[in-house]
Amino acid sequence: MKCSEFLQELTNYLDGAMDDRTKAELEDHLAWCHNCYVVCDTTKKTIEIYRDSQLYELPDDLRTRLRSAIMAKCQARKKEGPERV
Amino acid sequence: MGAIQPKLGEPVSDELALVQAAKAGDVGSFEELVRRYDRNVFRIAQHITQNREDAEDVVQDAFLKAYSNLAQFQGQSKFYTWLVRIVVNEALMRLRRRRPERMVSLDEEVKTEEDSLPREVADWSPNPEQQYSQAELRDILTRTIQGLPPSFRTVFVLRDVEGLSTEETAEALDLSIPAVKSRLLRARLQLRERLSRFFQKRESGDGQQ
Repeated sequence: MKCSEFLQELTNYLDGAMDDRTKAELEDHLAWCHNCYVVCDTTKKTIEIYRDSQLYELPDDLRTRLRSAIMAKCQARKKEGPERV
Repeated sequence: MGAIQPKLGEPVSDELALVQAAKAGDVGSFEELVRRYDRNVFRIAQHITQNREDAEDVVQDAFLKAYSNLAQFQGQSKFYTWLVRIVVNEALMRLRRRRPERMVSLDEEVKTEEDSLPREVADWSPNPEQQYSQAELRDILTRTIQGLPPSFRTVFVLRDVEGLSTEETAEALDLSIPAVKSRLLRARLQLRERLSRFFQKRESGDGQQ
């Protein structure tokens, strides 16, 4: 397996979306190719860092304000009747 | 090296009941759906628009649109996937309005030089995020993901941050499954490449041999 072939399968590998045979071939490649090992490992870390990052958390006060505004508009729309967008 | 563990979602068992009640006119049930998903909607909206005010508007407009169009929700997909589709469309509309000079489309086939084989192959520090303060890390992550084309950013956020499946992402974005996979791979590799500049192991000055 070439490095470029490994990279093409990287997303499926990290998502665990592949059959056992392909997985074994990829892991065989990882065992001897240090570059692909590093790329795979740091890609996995990239995903985990973003997933755990809590970027753009909705602050409680804004959350309450937005929800009140949404629900007020929904109530108004309910009175107008459906299908008006 | 194992696969990444999927993020656990909210229980959806009672969700259809909430949607049915909301359809029948129970606004309180819709409010429960808002409460369940407003944080996700805000996050997706801000990732796409990259603008706080726009994101606030998208949250309001998307939920209102969902409420007004509940009759069209047939229950073939999850409510959340259906909602995300509305959110993405609203957010892209805002982004286009703010940047009329640039075509913003999810279909764009973006070719960048970073699509080639990875160039940064230095290993990262064991706990790279601990090299920076919370504020610094947030700044690095924000600027890095903002540098991706909108179509890559959106796929990455839905799949890897929000935890939608490949199929749900394809449905929410109206893309084919191969298109989602190809964008996801390129998004992940580009983010990795850019983060490497901040997180790679420093060879000297750490007192080790």
